Amino acid sequence: MSAITRDEVAHLARLSRLALADEELDHFAAQLDVIIGAVARVAEVAADDIPPSSHALPLTNVYRPDEVRPGLTPEQALAGAPAVEDDRFRVPRILGEEA
Amino acid sequence: MSLTHKTAAELGALIASGEVSAVEVAQAHLDRIAAVEPQVNAFLHVDAETTLEQARTVDARRAAGERLGPLAGVPIAHKDVFTTADMPTTAGSKILEGWRPPYDATVTRRLREAGLVILGKTNLDEFAMGSSTENSAYGPTRNPWDLSRIPGGSSGGSSAAVAAYEAPLSTGTDTGGSIRQPAAVTGIVGMKPTYGGSSRYGLIAFASSLDTPGPFARNVMDAALLQEAFSGHDPLDSTSIDAPVPSVVEAARQGDVAGLRIGVVKEFGGEGYQPGVLARFHETVELLESLGAKVVEVSCPSFTVALPAYYLIAPSECSSNLARFDAMRYGLRVGDDGTRSAEDVMALTRAAGFGPEVKRRIILGTYALSSGYYDAYYGQAQKVRTLIARDFEAAFGQVDVLVSPTTPTTAFPIGERADDPMAMYLADLCTIPANMAGNAAISVPCGLADEDGLPVGLQIMAPVLGDDRCYRVAAAVENALESRWGGALLSKAPAL
Repeated sequence: MSAITRDEVAHLARLSRLALADEELDHFAAQLDVIIGAVARVAEVAADDIPPSSHALPLTNVYRPDEVRPGLTPEQALAGAPAVEDDRFRVPRILGEEA
Repeated sequence: MSLTHKTAAELGALIASGEVSAVEVAQAHLDRIAAVEPQVNAFLHVDAETTLEQARTVDARRAAGERLGPLAGVPIAHKDVFTTADMPTTAGSKILEGWRPPYDATVTRRLREAGLVILGKTNLDEFAMGSSTENSAYGPTRNPWDLSRIPGGSSGGSSAAVAAYEAPLSTGTDTGGSIRQPAAVTGIVGMKPTYGGSSRYGLIAFASSLDTPGPFARNVMDAALLQEAFSGHDPLDSTSIDAPVPSVVEAARQGDVAGLRIGVVKEFGGEGYQPGVLARFHETVELLESLGAKVVEVSCPSFTVALPAYYLIAPSECSSNLARFDAMRYGLRVGDDGTRSAEDVMALTRAAGFGPEVKRRIILGTYALSSGYYDAYYGQAQKVRTLIARDFEAAFGQVDVLVSPTTPTTAFPIGERADDPMAMYLADLCTIPANMAGNAAISVPCGLADEDGLPVGLQIMAPVLGDDRCYRVAAAVENALESRWGGALLSKAPAL
């Protein structure tokens, strides 16, 4: 049985906002099947009573004082934008209304 | 000896004494880059005028009587994953082609403050995902030892630039081995500092709990000088460690292992390892014993599942980190013809802007984090991570450092593993545990494999904040082997 189907890969690609071509989906589905089969080895480790680590360091939240500091100017912030209008990022329509 | 073949420490001293100017040193390296880049392709961006301007500034500061550090005026190649306000930053991806960041990374800023002269930005696997630099959207970098082979990855442009004498120093980032493995296969020194010891601010994120900036150099002392120049607490990085650290430069100067307890990791070696790699490794362990170290075998059973756990954790973090490339605020945007929704433009842009390995990892990470799979994959991988840290803890109760081969094979031919992700992932088999637990680890050259005459690296792993131990042992190995060889391993590389 395969670890992951082509339909599942297509679903994950949609969730990841990746508009993959059909041949890409075929290719990735085969490769991901092999990769997932290999990484599934983590299940062999008996770890029921082991706490998970998200991080290497025993740090929790680190805060700085909440002080007003200079940030980027609008020109700097917009310098790399694909499209700009009236000192703002210009984006394609976000809601489902007619264009 | 030409300026390009001197060590960083030598160059710093020559510039400090006024024997040569920073401009002369920079020009010599720009000339070398112009001569060998057509073969090596280590750089994505070189701008002679910006480089010379930095060098002129260092010369002017010195002429004005300013006291400068040991690396002032020394050129450096900078991995193109650190933001630079005066140079484009692409992370090796089409999605950031031509992007100019509005600010400098902390590592970049500290290089400038130390007076290092940035020659340009080096090639890498896209978003630092890979072990060969073949995943760059801008073409592969070639190994100076054999131009048909990979220079390692993801920091392959940085390793090749130093091995090809285009720069005496370079920066890298190491998430699963991306400094140590390229250093090993190009015959140079590469160090992954303790996680949190060097700042991630302005480093384009791949897997935030693992990403660690570190140095490349042609010898241990130069690597220590560079690490000391850009490391230390940074309030802009919330995982930066605010604690005093032992001097790595002092440790590199000591270079003695008498009485030190060295553990050989039992789980690394055997099937899947190239015989020539194992032969050099075992010889080097014997060498350490002859230098007065006490060598024992140490078992770290969970290291055998470090690779699968890593390929769940790193893609999970990457799938989240790379969500910022949304075609709205910076970078590429395709398909915005006035009829498509933001979501469609986003999906088209990401499909066009990311390469295959990045897409594979985003999908894999999204899968591992999916409801229904989370506990079995991401959750279980995090438990394995705890077990790896415990194995290290137990090991460092018995020994001062652990050693292994850095990577199971020497540099493989370009193209050999390009469409076989699992084969590619095996290059990081021995380097991943130190990332998972945040430990310090270094790779130092230990000889050439008999089969192919290519460089082999010794990995030395130390506890968290034990970076000095890595340098101490690496310097001892380097001193002993270079006196045996009559010079650096790199002097055996064919001339370009």
